[in-house]
Amino acid sequence: MQNRKETPALLAEQISFRYRKNSPWILQGVTLQVKAKERVALVGPSGCGKSTLAGVLAGYEIPERGEVFWEGKPLPRSGYCPVQMIGQHPEQAVNPRWKMNKILRECWNPEEGLLKRMGIKEEWMTRWPVELSGGELQRFCIARVLGPETKFLICDEISTMLDVITQAQIWQILLEETQSRGMGLLVITHNRALAKRVCTRIVDLSEINQC
Amino acid sequence: MSRKSVSRKPEIFWNRRRKILFTVGAAFVYLLAVLAAGMLMSPERYGINYSAKFTAPCLEHPFGTDYMGRDMFFRSIKGLSNSIAVGALASAVSSLIALALGLTAALKGGIADRFVNWCVDLCMGIPHLILLILISFMMGRGGRGVTAAVALTHWPELTRLVRAEALQIRSARYVQASYRMGKTWFQVAKEHMVPQVLPVYLIGVVLLFPHAIMHEAAVTFLGFGFPAEIPAIGVILSESMDYITTGKWWMAVFPGLMLLAAVMLFDAAGENLKRLLNPNSGNE
Repeated sequence: MQNRKETPALLAEQISFRYRKNSPWILQGVTLQVKAKERVALVGPSGCGKSTLAGVLAGYEIPERGEVFWEGKPLPRSGYCPVQMIGQHPEQAVNPRWKMNKILRECWNPEEGLLKRMGIKEEWMTRWPVELSGGELQRFCIARVLGPETKFLICDEISTMLDVITQAQIWQILLEETQSRGMGLLVITHNRALAKRVCTRIVDLSEINQC
Repeated sequence: MSRKSVSRKPEIFWNRRRKILFTVGAAFVYLLAVLAAGMLMSPERYGINYSAKFTAPCLEHPFGTDYMGRDMFFRSIKGLSNSIAVGALASAVSSLIALALGLTAALKGGIADRFVNWCVDLCMGIPHLILLILISFMMGRGGRGVTAAVALTHWPELTRLVRAEALQIRSARYVQASYRMGKTWFQVAKEHMVPQVLPVYLIGVVLLFPHAIMHEAAVTFLGFGFPAEIPAIGVILSESMDYITTGKWWMAVFPGLMLLAAVMLFDAAGENLKRLLNPNSGNE
């Protein structure tokens, strides 16, 4: 504890995970350290457990062995989780029976300026999620977790289904906002060029996953 | 010059949606009218008049009179009004129990889920009428007993429906995300689950209503409900059974028809609402 500076912000220690007892291991002995404000890309072939690891790191899944630490303490099970995740399918991440306004303000109240920078239009607020496109919904999913309590953001292939122009826009906004808020970033992607462009370090999960 | 001809079918006024809304509206108007008429009616209208006993239906007494000369028309309305009041109260209480239990079971899972399922199976396993009679008897019969009995025995089916509906979205991404954003399970139930189960719930409440009225009448008919001096459909029907063999048909037929009409209207309203609120058939 003397070398506090060296303590990683997000630490996954010897994580082993499988979906149910007696099913094959998805993750085995995975150790990952990310410093605060660091931007790490997680790459690897399909099916090697990238999304599962993301779920574990954000507290969606509980690992069978090992533990995830945030700033030296185990990840809280209840209350607001400092590690938030944005997924690949925005249409599954919003309640189809809520208006966009309510979805956006589920946990904090984003200011007008942020919404403008994110390209979220005022007239979208009164619509239902089915009336917006995937890219438009993804902007809402990003904006709603940029609250002050979020310290670390996991982006699980958030731009795979978007066209290249929207991809570029979203990444630019996301980098600006996370930098100005001092958030760390874990980016899961198949796109090596994107990983090199956005992140400071690239980790290949197939190399650290022992199964 | 010429107007662009848009080929369009002439609009039919009585489309399905309007028909359904009309049926539902008519059902509620009839029931509210009966309820209000019964509550505002002075007891003299169905008072005892021995000079006019066993009058067959005529202009003065459209439904005839009974062995004490009481006017059956007003007595039936008052009785049906009592039944509707009991039915409304009972379906409100039962449906709230069902909502609370169903959501708790679906969200908490584990022991809570097993306990709720066990309660549902237990209540569905006992013959309904016997359970009604037991509770009514325990609560000291009368209006209080029958209301409690009807209110406390109609929740199991709806609980199952609510639970199944809530289970569909329990593991949805947005519900999981809501938990990670620091919401408690109660907040999730209120904000995410209630809008999801609302269509099923509302239809369930409306369809509970005829059941509740019928069971109220049945328990009263068997002598475990309202006492003889209070006009209730069950009391009227069970009294009329004593005279039906001597040819006093009107004492059973008209109150019976009124009960049947009320129950069928409510059933029709529920079935139609079901079609309207179901997204697969709502726009037909």
